[in-house]
Amino acid sequence: MIDKLKETVAKVLNDVDLVIGYENGFDAIHATPYFITSADQIDKLIWNPLCVHNLTTYLPTLKMKKVGIIVKGCDSRTIVQFIQEGLILRDNLVIIGLPCTGVISVNKILTETNREHIEEVSFDDKGNINVKTGKGPKTLAVADFSPDKCGTCQYPTPLVYDHLVGDPIKSDKAPENVYADIKEFESKTLEERMKYWEQEFDHCIRCYACRNACPMCICSDNCIAESRDPHWMTQKMTFTEKFMFHMIHALHLAGRCVECGECERACPMGIPVNKLKRKINQDMKELYGYEPGVNLDEKPPMFMFNVDELKIKEHKI
Amino acid sequence: MPEVAPKELRVVGFLCNWCSYGGADTAGVSRFKQPTDLRIIRVPCSGRVDPLFVVKALLNGADGVLVSGCHPRDCHYSDGNFYARRRLEMLKRLLPFLGIDERRFYYTWVSASEGARWQQTVTEFTSRIHELGPLHIKKEAAP
Repeated sequence: MIDKLKETVAKVLNDVDLVIGYENGFDAIHATPYFITSADQIDKLIWNPLCVHNLTTYLPTLKMKKVGIIVKGCDSRTIVQFIQEGLILRDNLVIIGLPCTGVISVNKILTETNREHIEEVSFDDKGNINVKTGKGPKTLAVADFSPDKCGTCQYPTPLVYDHLVGDPIKSDKAPENVYADIKEFESKTLEERMKYWEQEFDHCIRCYACRNACPMCICSDNCIAESRDPHWMTQKMTFTEKFMFHMIHALHLAGRCVECGECERACPMGIPVNKLKRKINQDMKELYGYEPGVNLDEKPPMFMFNVDELKIKEHKI
Repeated sequence: MPEVAPKELRVVGFLCNWCSYGGADTAGVSRFKQPTDLRIIRVPCSGRVDPLFVVKALLNGADGVLVSGCHPRDCHYSDGNFYARRRLEMLKRLLPFLGIDERRFYYTWVSASEGARWQQTVTEFTSRIHELGPLHIKKEAAP
């Protein structure tokens, strides 16, 4: 697989300025984004369940360059969404798709190994990850230690690609379970829900890692969470401000979030940041039959309207 | 004996300049009696109302938020309220997920000639907020 990928990258590199892929990170359990500009760099390219990042997040800033990019199924949704919103040019992009059977959650692995330093990581063909720490080796199933999004993944094969490395995979996860956790949360009482968010948002340290990791957060330096004019937020560390920040993030992603889970992966405090966006997505599907990042010809629901909205009923007091 | 006024709550209203603000004016000119809990903010169009306006109001002390614009198809800018309808409906569904009663937020359409309808809207919405009581959202972070 990796040989075929390297071959493809070498071929693509002839026509583009750079190819974005993955290489080994600062320790055995972390991979890191890898920017390939010359053929001698290709050797260091890797592909395994450690490749968790959504590399497409770099694309809007590279809009005018010719870029080759390696994407998993979930990452490809971001590209579709970018194209829908006109944030990137399809002609400047060469997409190398990789069917994905699920990645790992570094955080879950580290929790399992008590945050010991991990010396060696290897994968076998049965879907296991072998982790070696100072306390000895451990064999874990990748499926048990993958991010929550992999458990309900509907698109293991990229939705858009120019080159597909490997055979397409069909999802074996039931589509009705995608929002099962949201439905479960909605069965709680209002007070319980408020209590839940009070606790979760209280942990927020306003580092904005979720926003920085988010591929759809494209305001960059003009984010209203930091702007003084308009002055939406102060720098106080109060619950109100934290809540407000998360609302800004969620509402600016309404009908745009492709649920790649980068916000949650980046959060150092383990806040379920993606939950709000997934709730909105669930409503978008119900109200407008729209799922972000799936169909190139669609338009995000907040960018358009119907004169007669069939699903919106007038409210009574 | 002077009549004791019931304690006031804070209701914020975002009204579009062309219809609902005119409607509120009509109600005033017609000397309709209205509750005084509502604080009106005039916006150029209901399409100007960012759902974050509503969230920010609720988080910073409002007990209820009312948004009102021109009737669909009657927008002064032809399609502002169509966009507003999509956004506000999304917000109305999101609020209960956050633990805020969705009845604290109401959006509707009132035209400049509908003074009576405006009076009815304000009266009913304010009495609903009084039924629900003040909104309690935690103010400070835990030490």
